[in-house]
Order: sequence, then structure tokens, then C-alpha cells
Amino acid sequence: MIEKDLVIIGGGPSGLSAAKTAAESGLSSLIIERDYKLGGQLVKQTHMFFGSEKQYAKTRGIDIAKILIDDVLSYPNLIEIMTNTAVVGLYNDKVITILHEEKYSKIKARAIIIATGASEKVLAFENNDMPGIYGAGAVQTLMNVYGVLPGQDVVMVGSGNIGLIVSYQLLQAGVNVKCVLEAAGTIGGYKVHASKLKRLGVDIKTSTSVIKAVGGECLQKIITSKLDEKWNFIPGTEETIELDALCVSVGLSPLGNLLSMIGVEMKYVSSLGGLVPMISHSHETSVENVFVAGDVSGVEEASSAIVEGYLTGLIVAQKLGFEHPNYEVLIQDLRSQLDNLRSGPFGEKTRNGLLEIMR
Amino acid sequence: MRITEHPILSFPEKKQIAFVIDGKEGYGYEGDTIAAALHAMGIRKLSHSIHLKRPRGFYCAIGNCASCNMIVDGVPNVRTCVTLLREGMVVKTQENKGEIHD
Repeated sequence: MIEKDLVIIGGGPSGLSAAKTAAESGLSSLIIERDYKLGGQLVKQTHMFFGSEKQYAKTRGIDIAKILIDDVLSYPNLIEIMTNTAVVGLYNDKVITILHEEKYSKIKARAIIIATGASEKVLAFENNDMPGIYGAGAVQTLMNVYGVLPGQDVVMVGSGNIGLIVSYQLLQAGVNVKCVLEAAGTIGGYKVHASKLKRLGVDIKTSTSVIKAVGGECLQKIITSKLDEKWNFIPGTEETIELDALCVSVGLSPLGNLLSMIGVEMKYVSSLGGLVPMISHSHETSVENVFVAGDVSGVEEASSAIVEGYLTGLIVAQKLGFEHPNYEVLIQDLRSQLDNLRSGPFGEKTRNGLLEIMR
Repeated sequence: MRITEHPILSFPEKKQIAFVIDGKEGYGYEGDTIAAALHAMGIRKLSHSIHLKRPRGFYCAIGNCASCNMIVDGVPNVRTCVTLLREGMVVKTQENKGEIHD
């Protein structure tokens, strides 16, 4: 069996950042990524980030991905990378089964950081499995990574930041965004994103959702309806919209399947996106030396995932006997960066959610 | 359909890659995943649900939802959204849970 000090599962923003600070502390790590490339969901984010300079604000997600990837590549002796590799099993003695090019092998780790991120939620309505109905993030990948259009006439369901940003990116790619539907009475995302869409003539229909998709092998129409305050459909308010693609942006679910395999104590916290691990202040789960960073322990912006990664990398390194010379100062700074990112009314849900999972 | 002009991104022309989709000739470009190449060709039905055989397509693009699983070079349940297209690949729509042949 291969033995490693630290195995990081997931090569997205938090996993890459954790590998970097672990390496800065002198700890070697192996990053395992199931996609054929590193960068996670940053690789498709053409918009500029908010936050402060420390979290690469005013830099496009695609460029942040390059910075984080270059950072880990600058430690060739300390950071090993396996792409195209899926973790298919995790055991309590920190043995990891991986599948790479149709071969299984096992790795034993002293510590593990699970940085698997989150996946797009689905929305329940009739025929919601029809080809032409996509997760908003998937559409972003198709357009911004591969340069392929999802369709000509698109409707977005969900006016959170992802829904608003992807709608704008669809317009940038030359797609007709017919409207954005929002089940709640108010727009979910930042006003700055909503205003951009409105200026370009895209209607954001609040208290409205989709009841049914219509088509043969592929989507052709949707039927929408108005909703009352209790989110019940109001009969007689149905409308038909012709389209060839529907994007669903109704939130993300943490990808905690691996945590469940080793019996990590979990809790359902809806404000964090679903089932999340109980964690200590050090991001350690109920299983010793198994840590989490990023969306897997609560869905937030990529900026928070990056900072959580930096923080967790330092903590794990210190626990394994590789304390960064500037440990205390760095930890304090990263914690205050996270507090800043979670401040204000938009961070309230996250702040309350995180209180619920503290061990 | 492919994006030709974009205010932020550039999509320079890449090497064309020929493959076979359900017995017909198809082509994509270097760097495409199988699912991206199929979409660019206008093919959006990628699989079927196992019991009711309902058509299914691309949904998550991160290799998680299994909605784009196809048979690639005889191997079933290949996640076409995270598998890069290669010259001469034989891609088929999958009709069942998948069978492995030696």
C-alpha cells in the first residue's frame, strides 16, 4: 500500500489552497481529482470576484484557478497530483481506495482533507429529466470551458447569484435569455447582478416557477405558474414559454458521500445546503485526522473555500508536526478574512448554519 | 453550436477529432469532452432512464449525476461530461444498466 502524509480529496479552490499552505509548512501532500484537470468550478467562472484583495477580488475565476494551480505546481517535491482519479472508498483507518484508468489501488494517509465541494440541486416538476434541462453550473461549463452553446432561447430558474451570473454569461455568449424565474417574492442574489440583467432587458419574474416541461426527446416549452406566499401554484396564472434550454439554479448540495462512508457525524443544516459534517474549530470532523474544507461543509462563495483551504492546510500541517514559522499570525489573519466574507446580511445564513455544526 | 465571438474568452480553432456516434460519423475538437462535442453537433439525448427508458441528457457537468453515461469503446457507464474526446472513439447510447464484455 502507498503511504502518504496528507491526502487531499478534490482539486478545486479549497483543495489547492490547502495543499499550498501545507507545503509552505513543509508537509507533503497528494491531491486526488476525479476530473481530468485541476481548478474545480473556478475554471468556468468568467466573472470577477468580490471580497478583498487577499481573496483575489476583481480577478476573474478563470484567472484565480490559474494562480492556485501555478501555486501547487511550484512545489513539485512536496505536492503530488493525480487527476482522472476517483476516490471510491474511504475507511476509518484512513485507507483510501482510488480508481485510476480502470485500476483500483489503495493509499494510506496520516491525515485527509476532504474538499469535494458541492453539486447542483434539482427541482421537482413534471418532466424535469428531459434533455435540454441543465444545472446552471453545467451550462456555464459548456459555454465557458468548451465554447459550446446550450441552446438559443433559454430560461433560468432561480435568481440567486449563480442564476443571475450565468444568465449574464449566457447573454455574453450570444444566447437569448427569455426570463429568470424566482419562486420567492424577491430576487435572491446581489442587486448589482440583477441590475445588469434588467438593463439588458431580461425580465426577472418573482413569485413564479415552472410546473411542467413539454417536448419529445428534447425540451420545447415550459409551463410556468405564479406562486402564493406559501409557494403554492395559483390556478389560472399558467403561461407557456417556448425555449430550447432550461437552466436550473436552485442551490447546491454538499458532496459529503465520502464522509458518510467512515461514519463521520453529520447534520442536516438547510442554510449550509444540506447534510454537512459536524466540525471542530480546526475543521476536523468527528473522525480524528479527517478534515474538511470548502463547500463540503457548507455551501458558500469560492472565496470562502479558498480561505478555508489555506486555513485547513496550515492546521493539518501543524498537527502532523510541521508548524509554519508564522503559524499564529497566519491563522488569525485567515480567520478574520472568513469573518469578513461572512459579515453583513448576506452572510447571516452561513454564520447561523456554522454555529449548528460546531463540535 | 459553438461560440465564435465572446467579450472575455477566446476560442481559437483547434485540431478536429473524428469519432463515431451510434454508427454515424461525428467530429469535435481537441479539448472537448464527449458530451460537449455531442452538444455542439446538436445531439442532446445522451442516455435513457433504466426502467422507463425516458430520454436523458447532460445535467451536472462534474461527473456526478450519471445522466450523461454512455458506452465508449465498448465500456458502459462512461461519464461523457468529464471524459475527453479522442480520435476514433466509438460512442453509443446506452439502453440498459450496462454490460461488460471481455
